[in-house]
Amino acid sequence: MAENGSGFVREVAHRVFAAELKESNLQAKEGQDQYSPQYLITPTGAKCNRVFIVGTLTEKEDVGMDAEFWRGRIVDPTGAFFVSAGQYQPEAAQLLAKTTPPEFIAVVGKPTIYTTKEGNVLTSIRAESMYVVDGATRDRWVVETADLTAKRIAKLQSNEPDAVRAREHYSTNVEEYRAMVAMALESMKAQ
Amino acid sequence: MKEIAKKIEARFLELGVKVQTSEIETRLEQLINKFKVPPEEARRNVINYFLKQHNIPKTEFFASRETPLVRASEIIENGKWVTLRCKVVQLWDANHESLSQSGLLGDESGTVAFKKWVKANLPQVEEGKNYLFKNVATSEWQGRFSVSLNKTSEIIPITEEITVGNTPVEFSGAIVDIQSGSGLIKRCPECNRALMKGACGEHGKVEGLYDLRVKAVMDDGEKVQDILLNREVTESFTGITLDKAKEMATEALDQAVVLDMIKSKLVGRYYVVVGARLDRFILVDSIRQDTKPIEENIKRILAAATAPVAQEA
Repeated sequence: MAENGSGFVREVAHRVFAAELKESNLQAKEGQDQYSPQYLITPTGAKCNRVFIVGTLTEKEDVGMDAEFWRGRIVDPTGAFFVSAGQYQPEAAQLLAKTTPPEFIAVVGKPTIYTTKEGNVLTSIRAESMYVVDGATRDRWVVETADLTAKRIAKLQSNEPDAVRAREHYSTNVEEYRAMVAMALESMKAQ
Repeated sequence: MKEIAKKIEARFLELGVKVQTSEIETRLEQLINKFKVPPEEARRNVINYFLKQHNIPKTEFFASRETPLVRASEIIENGKWVTLRCKVVQLWDANHESLSQSGLLGDESGTVAFKKWVKANLPQVEEGKNYLFKNVATSEWQGRFSVSLNKTSEIIPITEEITVGNTPVEFSGAIVDIQSGSGLIKRCPECNRALMKGACGEHGKVEGLYDLRVKAVMDDGEKVQDILLNREVTESFTGITLDKAKEMATEALDQAVVLDMIKSKLVGRYYVVVGARLDRFILVDSIRQDTKPIEENIKRILAAATAPVAQEA
């Protein structure tokens, strides 16, 4: 029972490491309608409209002009995510405002890509919600994300449409992503 | 297409009418290939055509077909004809003149709502009694399934006692959202519905009764699962009792503080829930933080990830 009749199905929050999200720049849209959801396809073939990440907030900054607009840097074993929250995400913005880094943070949000004046393409996450969590939750996320990423890598050579598009667009170096997963897990062992 | 034609012919034969296979096929062929009508629709059209030709009432054609006996929880498709062996768990007010009865049927696997039309001309059923419901139609509205009893249906009382059950399911994942309508809410004293802005959808402005509940969304990275925590589970799990919640709300002059508190305790963390499935929700009996050791997973994934690129490709 995937559909719930009203035609609206909540998007799954994918688990993606920072290093993978950073490389993502393939956008896809399903349907022609202006309200059709936007997706970001990652190099291992995760088709995300929403992501769930847990990491350490290391920096935060209010970059807003008139209204507050918060940007945060959240670090996982493979790199850093950029997270933003403005007036349309009041709860998330408030949390960033009152939290002093470093702190473990869980974020549910929409991945977006934008191009800087210099022409660099950056990915960031527009937070829907953001909460302070504990170290155990963060560890669990790393292992879960490693697991799901490994599963995607294994499926990357298959004929699933998302895998095919990812492969064609990124010519994904599978070894590189296997190494990333292994590295993330090794970092857990070291503790 | 040949198959469809054969089936139609066989069915008409049962009713004692001989229809030419070639004639059926020609009609099907024209509809499907020339006019691009989907096969199911074409089948329907052809049947209706011959029914009219031979003056057979539709009900006779469709009624005598034996429908498969299914369990309540197996109803997952719209527009199917099925037979159910169920207990009448609950009768609701038939709030429309064309409805003669409505309520909830249940068997060992779960429950399903039913509607009985006045036009169906069927005997009344009683709460707590067991029946065989033959030839009922399934329908779906916003993800909920129900069955409707119509002219062609049959209700046969049975003596067997059915115990209505609901197999509990388990789901583990992270809570990624708490939906509105959670926390400290007010319910209508008459129908127990949650109030929206102090008014009940059915009874208008009423003096509501306080309740505590959580509607949350869990997600394991591959699937989304809605969960529902009732007052008992919410109280014991969050440590906020209904009285405490009322106190908090009064102090802050805002009901939302309770919701904020619950959110900051639950969202972003990993849980395992156990409970009965109801529509798209799991009605949670127990919820606990997921504390399964992760070391073994680390070893397992590492072993798989560092293995040479073999099996796939």
